[in-house]
Amino acid sequence: MVLSDADRSLVAEIQGGLPLSSHPYAEVGERIGMEEQEVIERITRLQDEGIIKRLGIVVRHHELGYTANAMVVWDVPDKHLDEVGGKLGSESCVTLCYQRPRRLPEWPYNLFSMIHGKDRQRVLNYIDAIIESCGLEGIPHKVLFSGRRFKQRGARYQ
Amino acid sequence: MDSVDRAIINRLQGGFPVSDHPYRAAADHLGICEAELIQRLEQMLEKRQLSRFGPLYNAERLGGGLSLCAMSIPEEDFERVAEQVNAFSEVAHNYARDHRLNMWFVLATETPARIESVLAEIEDVTGYQVYNMPKREEFFVGLKFEV
Repeated sequence: MVLSDADRSLVAEIQGGLPLSSHPYAEVGERIGMEEQEVIERITRLQDEGIIKRLGIVVRHHELGYTANAMVVWDVPDKHLDEVGGKLGSESCVTLCYQRPRRLPEWPYNLFSMIHGKDRQRVLNYIDAIIESCGLEGIPHKVLFSGRRFKQRGARYQ
Repeated sequence: MDSVDRAIINRLQGGFPVSDHPYRAAADHLGICEAELIQRLEQMLEKRQLSRFGPLYNAERLGGGLSLCAMSIPEEDFERVAEQVNAFSEVAHNYARDHRLNMWFVLATETPARIESVLAEIEDVTGYQVYNMPKREEFFVGLKFEV
């Protein structure tokens, strides 16, 4: 994907947030020398192309009471990966579900899911429920709760 | 946080209108007025319940590199290594987790090729191995929170 200079300046201008005012796209345009209509068209296209995944509120889940955050990792036979990944990803309490490479012998897990909850017991209950509803009893898994959070920010673009 | 704040959070994690008067349009759907929506967003940002109101980008499609990395750090060295790792501007977030691989961070670089070189720099500075686990396939990315 090659972005034009105009797209790049728009991406950089709004990365920290949209102005909280009646005509935010006009305001963004003023700052980077673009008409409001052009800002609207470019943002719409960036959304269509999947470069902007979402536009709106980005929450701080910890501050909203989701203090238990578990990375649940699974060692799924490669031939079942699509099936299991699809099932896991459709569970409502799973917020992310990715395939990643194993790092043997240290790390045998190839499917990563994130589950957030208000406390650890609730997260463990979700996991039990998922194992049952997705039929994952035979698949080794590990629950890695987060401890301290050292740094949280989005990626930055120039 | 009252029921209006909760409705705002549940409805506006995505789907913000791209039009000339977007807050008014979003407020209409929520049954409040534009000024109230803006004021409540400002307050939730001030209270740091929201990290921002804006875009969530797909780093790879923007041409950047993105990876999840893990390290195994002895407890007595953990603070020092955490500081060293977090000092890299490419480290987006970093969590301690309860496993032998006990430090997990996301690396976001301007180009995919930079991932390997930043990892080498981190190994060099800290003296510990970094396990690089880039995404192979995405089954789901929702990351929306109901409140």
